[in-house]
Amino acid sequence: MTEAQAQAQPLREQHGPWFGEFGGVFMPEPLMAAIDELTACYEACKVDPEFQAEFQRLSREYTGRPSLLTDATRLSAQAGARILLKREDLNHTGSHKINNVLGQALVAQRLGKTRLIAETGAGQHGVATATAAALFGMECVVYMGEVDTERQALNVARMRLLGATVVPVKTGSRTLKDAINEGLRDWVANVDSTHYLMGTVAGPHPFPEMVRDFHRAIGEEAREQTIALTGGLPDAVLACVGGGSNAMGIFHAFLDDADVRLIGLEAAGDGADTERHALSIERGAPGLLHGMRTYLLQDVDGQTLESHSISAGLDYPGVGPEHAWLHDIGRAEYQPVSDAEAMDAFLALTRTEGIIPAIESAHAIAGALRLAKERPGSTILVSLSGRGDKDVATAGRWFDLLDEGAQQL
Amino acid sequence: MSRITTAEAIRASGNRALIGYLPVGFPDLDTSVEAAVAIAEAGCTALEIGVPYSDPGLDGPVIQAATQGVLDRGFTLDHLFEAVARITARTEVPVLVMTYWNPVLRHGVDRFAERLAAAGGAGLITPDLTPENAAEWLEAAERHGLDRVFLAAPSSSDARLDAAIDASRGFVYTVSTMGTTGARSDVDQAARGLSERIAARAAATGSEALRCVGLGISTPEQVRDVLTYADGAIVGSALVRALGAGGVDAVRALAASLATGTLDGGPASPDAAPPAEKGAPA
Repeated sequence: MTEAQAQAQPLREQHGPWFGEFGGVFMPEPLMAAIDELTACYEACKVDPEFQAEFQRLSREYTGRPSLLTDATRLSAQAGARILLKREDLNHTGSHKINNVLGQALVAQRLGKTRLIAETGAGQHGVATATAAALFGMECVVYMGEVDTERQALNVARMRLLGATVVPVKTGSRTLKDAINEGLRDWVANVDSTHYLMGTVAGPHPFPEMVRDFHRAIGEEAREQTIALTGGLPDAVLACVGGGSNAMGIFHAFLDDADVRLIGLEAAGDGADTERHALSIERGAPGLLHGMRTYLLQDVDGQTLESHSISAGLDYPGVGPEHAWLHDIGRAEYQPVSDAEAMDAFLALTRTEGIIPAIESAHAIAGALRLAKERPGSTILVSLSGRGDKDVATAGRWFDLLDEGAQQL
Repeated sequence: MSRITTAEAIRASGNRALIGYLPVGFPDLDTSVEAAVAIAEAGCTALEIGVPYSDPGLDGPVIQAATQGVLDRGFTLDHLFEAVARITARTEVPVLVMTYWNPVLRHGVDRFAERLAAAGGAGLITPDLTPENAAEWLEAAERHGLDRVFLAAPSSSDARLDAAIDASRGFVYTVSTMGTTGARSDVDQAARGLSERIAARAAATGSEALRCVGLGISTPEQVRDVLTYADGAIVGSALVRALGAGGVDAVRALAASLATGTLDGGPASPDAAPPAEKGAPA
């Protein structure tokens, strides 16, 4: 699709498998029947009032939707702009991830699947999937990079408490990317009984569209809440981007509001000028990973490069294809936030509002603080995608707050 | 020099082909070339040379471990083309390259095809590229005279089988079971059903589709069993394991043993051409 064509129709009405030149289905043939089956099932679910009613009921009664919008007045006073927080951290299980998981678990149930497999980086998606499996009475296996099982040990324990099997992945970079590879392998071998519950707006079609749709309430609620609170639309909407699911969820309601800037914050790790980052859009090139065509950190031979971020949830060398497209048509901007900037923002939010954010979400807060300096007096809506309970040990080490005996946390 | 194509080699084997897989660069470039030549000499009808890749979705643990080590030691695509050229200089057995698609895409599809053809390669096996996404590759393959091998799985619909048959040249890679690569004690019976479905679909449309079965084959008995209903048997992980454990001599011995599975029982298809003189010198 050309830029002119893309702009000619509402951006909110874009559907997979292609977002411009991004997306598609690049999967081994043994999985194609399952992908086709899933696509057909999701198309039916989209227009089935019974499915949608059940999803809404779960969102309301189990997740706790609608989530709050918090006017962060003390942070705003310090920053010089009005910062509004969409509180996905208040959802059951502590992040936006539960939205998508409940939706896909319902789809899996319709497909007659009895087993859920998932990948997880920071553990939030794994915890959410394990939770849904418990709720739906399904078996659950979560693949997690060995590096991440170490830095997110508490979430590993939570998943096991919920009855899930957590498999530490020891291949490749031993992080999120490799956990997805192992999950896809499991799916190939067990496709009859198993649904692969992709945790972000990535992977082959229909995952990017389906996951986005299950997160659309984030933006729709936030848009209404912002208008109710301020009398108008925000000047900018900000969210962190690893795969980009919370960002797509909140961006989607604003895609056709041309005056609202949409800004995704990618993890710059040690810094945008170093080689240790996760800047898939800014520093990547179009390529194939995990069944989709998207921006990808890769070398000259097409080998995926390892990403780096203090946040396991953002430590991913690719990005959802709709983000790649929004970048290319100029509808969304993507900016880097380093580990150090994110942790400064983490502390700023914690100390001004009494809200400890996930380190992922702290990247979005850092972007908001930066934007506030550029545009004082503006209204900035931020997706607070998750809470920071899981990150307390990391933050404790970063800020040197742990007693000697607690260093092993 | 006009080289024998993959289909010609399979037919010359009396439709009882043995195709051996080894990854390039394992355990090092020179040894991988020696090993490939050795298994060709030991009776492989065609070779499948794997490109180490960072995200090998269809590879089992043996191959992934082998290729991860190759990547860690600095593998580049230049090594692939060098290896193919060195192998094809020493054997006329067709050399197909098995590669995930992103390395080809990144290198440039036509440039990759041109370099592969220049190195004497026979074509590509593309596990994560399905026919509907393959237009650019099909054009390049045509331009450079390369075989293109697509996968068919037990779960594939008739429409998908038709697409694989139509797009493939050389053979259709008939996935024996729903899983990743790696030896299994029993090759799934699904392979037989799939192979028969492919043959029936091809016959219905008047096309020809050679069927080589891969994933999970590791013994001469399994090769023999597969060749009762298919045109070829593909062995990967077992050869990789042998090479890793015992070097070139071990992999040569295993290939020779596997090749005994191709020798008795006669041609798989009643209408198969009689064995012709094989192009590859022993």
